[in-house]
Amino acid sequence: MTAELGHFALILAMFIAMVQATLPLIGAQKNLPVWIELANPASYLQLALTTFAFGCLIHVYLISDFTVVNVVQNSHTAKPVLYKVAGAWGNHEGSLLLWVFILSLFGAAVALFGRNLPPAFKARVLSVQAMIAIGFYLFMLFTSNPFERVTPAPLNGTDLNPLLQDPGLAFHPPMLYLGYVGFSIAFSFAIAALIEGRVDAAWARWVRPWTLAAWVFLSGGIALGSWWAYYELGWGGWWFWDPVENASFMPWLAGTALLHSAVVVEKRDTLKGWTVLLAIVAFSMSLLGTFIVRSGVLTSVHAFATDPARGVFILLLLATVIGGSLALFAWRGPQLKSSGVFQPISREGALLFNNLVMTTGLAAVLLGTLYPLFIDVVGGAKISVGAPFFNAVFLPLMMPMIVAMAAGPFLNWKRGDLMPALGRLRFAFILALVAGAAAWSVETGGSFMGVIGIALAVWLAAGVLAEITERVRLFKAPPAQSLRRLRRIPRATWGMSLAHFGMALVIAGMAGAGGWKEESIQSMKPGEIVHVGGYDYRFDGARKAEGPNYDLVLGTFSVFKDGDLFVVLNPEKRFYPVTQMPTTEAAIHTTLMGDLYAVIGDEEGTDGKYVTRIYYNPLVVWMWIGTLVMMFGGGLSISDRRHRVGVPHRRQPLAPAATVPSS
Amino acid sequence: MKRKHKRLTFVGIALLLLGTAAALILTAFEDNIVFFYSPTDLIDKNPGPDRRLRLGGLVEENSVDKQGGGQVVFRVTDTAKTVNVRFKGLLPDLFREGQGVVAEGRFIKGVFVADDVLAKHDENYMPPEVAEALKKSGQWQGTEKAKSQ
Repeated sequence: MTAELGHFALILAMFIAMVQATLPLIGAQKNLPVWIELANPASYLQLALTTFAFGCLIHVYLISDFTVVNVVQNSHTAKPVLYKVAGAWGNHEGSLLLWVFILSLFGAAVALFGRNLPPAFKARVLSVQAMIAIGFYLFMLFTSNPFERVTPAPLNGTDLNPLLQDPGLAFHPPMLYLGYVGFSIAFSFAIAALIEGRVDAAWARWVRPWTLAAWVFLSGGIALGSWWAYYELGWGGWWFWDPVENASFMPWLAGTALLHSAVVVEKRDTLKGWTVLLAIVAFSMSLLGTFIVRSGVLTSVHAFATDPARGVFILLLLATVIGGSLALFAWRGPQLKSSGVFQPISREGALLFNNLVMTTGLAAVLLGTLYPLFIDVVGGAKISVGAPFFNAVFLPLMMPMIVAMAAGPFLNWKRGDLMPALGRLRFAFILALVAGAAAWSVETGGSFMGVIGIALAVWLAAGVLAEITERVRLFKAPPAQSLRRLRRIPRATWGMSLAHFGMALVIAGMAGAGGWKEESIQSMKPGEIVHVGGYDYRFDGARKAEGPNYDLVLGTFSVFKDGDLFVVLNPEKRFYPVTQMPTTEAAIHTTLMGDLYAVIGDEEGTDGKYVTRIYYNPLVVWMWIGTLVMMFGGGLSISDRRHRVGVPHRRQPLAPAATVPSS
Repeated sequence: MKRKHKRLTFVGIALLLLGTAAALILTAFEDNIVFFYSPTDLIDKNPGPDRRLRLGGLVEENSVDKQGGGQVVFRVTDTAKTVNVRFKGLLPDLFREGQGVVAEGRFIKGVFVADDVLAKHDENYMPPEVAEALKKSGQWQGTEKAKSQ
């Protein structure tokens, strides 16, 4: 019964979306207030229905209703409750339901918090949201119904892929989707602006908090996925440039560029067409990301769900959304007149430089990700483009941007002066050189990129600190005045500084882990010792045990530093009998300087000898800390009075114009 | 600076970036694109030890020999031809005899020396290249949709 109710709610939601996609839009064109007003209740109703449907799916998972195919394929009575819930979105159909649920959540949020939006504009935004939703409802109802029944019902389910039974991954999809879907708001705002033929400072102020929120969630989602890969896959790596990882990284690049260009629209009334284009690109990348993961078109270690039959629908949907919005952009984009002019050396110039680098990087990642697919389609050889390609292309491209990132905030709007800015960065420059030299001196044969990375991280971090110092006129003004200035710094500015500082920490972590990683693979008898990264690992043997829904081999390592016991590590190798799948649970001890990382493999022979893999991953923890700092910075920026959702007003003289149809 | 010149500056920077990207991509493609070989391809074409490549097929039954110290030797087959593979390291969780596998490394004197072994994270998933290779050698018996659940 519950499943049918959920299914019915979805069908109903689709019809509501159809109403919401058409009537308010027509109302906005013809200036019919009643039709315009329809958008709000329709958004709330959609949210209520998708929430109900989503609740139904979670319910059938919780009670293990094995008459529902989706539950049979992804759950099992012996599974812990957390993973029963997470199982609801750990598969293709369920994740689509999560997608539309979040989409309607954002739609209702716009309806609720967008009270200050001109009504016609808001109606257009919500209509576009509903159009996106229709595409997903159709896709779900016709090709991927999460509520499909099965007869006869099996006695038990086939369980969720054990790799996904993990707290990090339980929350990875919702976070990531909050990011992906969050960009739909920027997209809808962009389309609505194109329909109206107008983009102004108020538009940018409305778009920014939503984009920031999406960016914060997406950053968190990517980091969660990366963290999961780091401890769960047991390869000691945290980023593999796998197509699925790239799929989440590309919207992040576009979204980061969008954040920066929206600032220029807001402050300087220029770069409008470009910003609208970025909003379209960011959401297009989110759609592409959603489908790359779920369609299985790309060979990938993440290919959990593989069904080429859905490919046609996906291609149609992508072509309609991306093609349609780009066509609209080509038609209406030229009407977006910019008024602000600026010199190349200026704050705008720096922000535009960020945009150019971000989009070039995006293009390179997109090319590398889709190239093998393209070659395959045209009947060429089977090839793969892996991490070495992306490292060789992407990292050098990003370097000039990191260099410019420290200097940008020192430049004035409109016309900046590079020399004074560089003068204020001289300490940062010296520090970066010293750090680079220090890093060079402990070079252990790893990639030289590590040394550059450390220098860039220090340069950026010191640059951010120098900027704050300058802002409060530390040592140049009396301390009391500096303190007063410090307190007056707007939250949005703190947000920028924190996000940039977080980026510096992330770069330091990546450089450390990339440049100085130590790895040792061997078979060890109990009592044997290996030396990795300045620590002695003594293998104390392994024993067999049982977990809630798996069997496990539990290894024990005593780790010594200079002869003293430092920590005991317990890596596991689990075996899930239902799916007949083993998983590796690495044991990781995190310190601020680096992670001690041990993995236990198969038994060799009968004398308790095991294959073991031990890593020392320097500075890894700073990647996670840095991401949290970046997210906190983004959150702080959203909470700024000027950006708080719903606060911005269009300037008074313009307000009446907004309700007049523009075409 | 005239407005036109300002715009030109950015067009110049954009072109410079794109040019750099293109140059980087082309050189990286040259060195880093990894071609996929089935055992039959590998033996027939013998690409030599200079290039990194991927070998995909099934792990032959009873061919896995764990030699100690993490050293493993096994055979990959597309049922027409068979290649010996040597690998040092931890095999992925889903590496099993009779299952599909992709190994990355170099083909040196008749032995494929792998530095990376990928088995897909799913018990009934067949890497598309492997399915393709098996189809080519006429040994494909699975259903067209090797769908994972």
